[in-house]
Amino acid sequence: MRTTNHTLAQDTALKSGQRITLSALPSGNTGTVAELQGGRGFTTRMAALGFTPGASVTMMQNFGRGPVIVLVRGTRIALGRGEAERVWITLNGDKSHEESR
Amino acid sequence: MKNPDETMRSASSVLGCCAEGDSPSPPAGACTVRVALVGQPNVGKSTVFNLLTGLNQHVGNWPGKTVERKEGIHRCDGVDIQIVDLPGTYSLTANSLEERITRDYIIRERPDVVVMVADAASLERNLYLLSEILCLPAPVVLALNMIDVAQQQGLGIEPHVLEAALGLPVVPMVASKNQGVRELVDTVLRVYREGQRGVCRPDIREDHRQVLAEIADLIAGSVPEPYPEDWVALKMLEGDEEITEMMRARLSPEQWERVHRVLMRHEDAILAIAGGRYEWVRRMTRAALTVPKAGQITLTDRIDKVATHPLWGLFVLLGVLGAIFWLTYTIGSPIQAFLDTYLVQAGAEWVRTALSGAPWWVVGLLADGVIGGAGMVLTFLPILVIFFAVLGALEDIGYMARAAYVMDRFMHLMGLHGKSFLPLFLGFGCNVPAVMGARIVDSPKARLLTILVAPLVPCTARMAVVAVLAPIFFGSAAIWVSWGLIALSLVVLAVAGIALHELVLGGEHVAFIMELPLYHQPNARTIGLSVWQRTMGFVRKAGTIILIVSVVVWALSVLPHGQVDTSYLAAVGRFLTPLGALLGVGWQMMVALLTSFVAKENTIATLSVLLGAGAEGAGLAQVLPTLLTPASALAFLIVQVLFIPCAATVATIRQETGSWKWTALSVGMLFVISFTVGIGAYQLARLVGWGV
Repeated sequence: MRTTNHTLAQDTALKSGQRITLSALPSGNTGTVAELQGGRGFTTRMAALGFTPGASVTMMQNFGRGPVIVLVRGTRIALGRGEAERVWITLNGDKSHEESR
Repeated sequence: MKNPDETMRSASSVLGCCAEGDSPSPPAGACTVRVALVGQPNVGKSTVFNLLTGLNQHVGNWPGKTVERKEGIHRCDGVDIQIVDLPGTYSLTANSLEERITRDYIIRERPDVVVMVADAASLERNLYLLSEILCLPAPVVLALNMIDVAQQQGLGIEPHVLEAALGLPVVPMVASKNQGVRELVDTVLRVYREGQRGVCRPDIREDHRQVLAEIADLIAGSVPEPYPEDWVALKMLEGDEEITEMMRARLSPEQWERVHRVLMRHEDAILAIAGGRYEWVRRMTRAALTVPKAGQITLTDRIDKVATHPLWGLFVLLGVLGAIFWLTYTIGSPIQAFLDTYLVQAGAEWVRTALSGAPWWVVGLLADGVIGGAGMVLTFLPILVIFFAVLGALEDIGYMARAAYVMDRFMHLMGLHGKSFLPLFLGFGCNVPAVMGARIVDSPKARLLTILVAPLVPCTARMAVVAVLAPIFFGSAAIWVSWGLIALSLVVLAVAGIALHELVLGGEHVAFIMELPLYHQPNARTIGLSVWQRTMGFVRKAGTIILIVSVVVWALSVLPHGQVDTSYLAAVGRFLTPLGALLGVGWQMMVALLTSFVAKENTIATLSVLLGAGAEGAGLAQVLPTLLTPASALAFLIVQVLFIPCAATVATIRQETGSWKWTALSVGMLFVISFTVGIGAYQLARLVGWGV
């Protein structure tokens, strides 16, 4: 298996297809929303903003602490770290890997 | 989901007043079209509203709610278009007050036409709201705003194709450049006259259709007017608390039991429904929207590299804030001083001369109570206008959202998040708009917390008092005293915030979810109107509450013998002497502090009256040093900066929290904090032997 995404930090050993929280997604990488955790209020708000299962999210800014900025459905959304931790995503890699799964 | 009275209405309007022809002309104003403006935040909805209504608008509150209600009238070809600007919302689930108001208005008030303003640059997310609006019984026109921004982003949008897909009129617009407004009005009138049919309404996804039908069956016949039955069923499936509660009260226990069982089986239906809506959006935009290849670096990305960076962003923010203060005070302060000299003092002088024959109390009331109190407050208008204008411009450009993002880390320390930074910053201008501005904070508890700490932001008026008193005692070091007092206020604010976080929120975590809009050119009209509204809010307060309290305090300061020394106010001040002694200040200072409750600037006016130093306060420089040591002067300034907010702010706190309990807590807390810190500073100074 080969990971073509060079922007992934080398030492974190993130692999495409892996399930991580949005807060663990390094800047410049893209994932697909898998699950939202938390109360109904949180889920409905996030869903309205475009965070529905299957939606593609790109991390614009993640410094490992503090809030993050993600791009979802063409809009930049700032999320508190706590909120980013409640969104589970599947890491996107190259297509061949996705299909071989 | 066809609404039967749509066709009825279109038929009657053809016969009715809007028809051109031989029919007798209706009385003026008889033909009114009621239009509701809806849209997500940051789509330029207010710009569209302002373009249509100009100053012909009324800003108030929704009955019993602390959400702004804007209404206006647009006159066109003898037709009055009554426009209600509904609050900006991302969806129509009862998550927030704004969302409830928006959907309740459309369902209960039945506007003739709903205009949904959308940001063409993020069409996908905007049409999500449209997919919800289309489930409500109202004809819809889609205003596709910011077409220019979308083009800059490399997006290709074909309004006609979108129009064909949706089956409803789509009007491309650039509201900031006044483009497309006429077309929008024409389209609204056309839809009003001709009605609307053939709209492509979103369908629920296959996997939930069965369940939805089941719920609709169970509640059939029990749904109150004017709610559409299938909409209520959908909202219940979504888990909407308000609608579910409404139905629970209407259904018999057995019926409710059955509905409840179905709902429990599909607790996470909202995600599937939302996903289905986005699928519908994708279908609608497939042919009309071409998105550029990913990986393009936009202007927004380039600016944000610096503006939202944890370190550089902070420098940018500090620079911006510094520039705002510099601009405000460099331009504003001289104007304020000018108005003070030539309007307030000259005005008071003129009253004394003109009314020299009148009884002493008439002259005093007008010269000292009205002009010296409320008039003095109004001299701060130029400073506020400049402050609000710069802030409004930064908001319109899109920077304030970045400032909130950068500040989020710090705001978290006191259990608030970035959004609270904006209203708190407004507080440097005036605490009244700061308390009102807390409305943008979405969680009610976090909003309350923001309101409670807002008065700790030192406002223009308080700093004006410092600016007069500090040089008398500290000479060239006065500027450092001023900065020190601001820093002290902010430290106290942070500490109070952390403590209140436990009390108000019980340490609960507040979610920070905020859109960062694309940067765009500011629109003078939008900024102008926001300045106008914020300023007028202040003027209205000055004309009512501040005026009344000014007169009352003036009366207390001359009754019963027409002398300040023997007045009721002096009696209160003498009563507080023991407390003042801990600060090393006499009764006059305590009275000055009390009158600052009317308006913070009153401290100076009161001292001038009490010490007989002349109205303009010039004599204070000679008299004050004989009364106070530097240590007690510093202690006094600390108390004055942290003291109970002014009457206008207290009234606003009451209005925004809707609770006397929290208002009392706010006042009590600030009273205790100000004296604790002030006394602490004085005693510390005595201990180390400084300035005594």
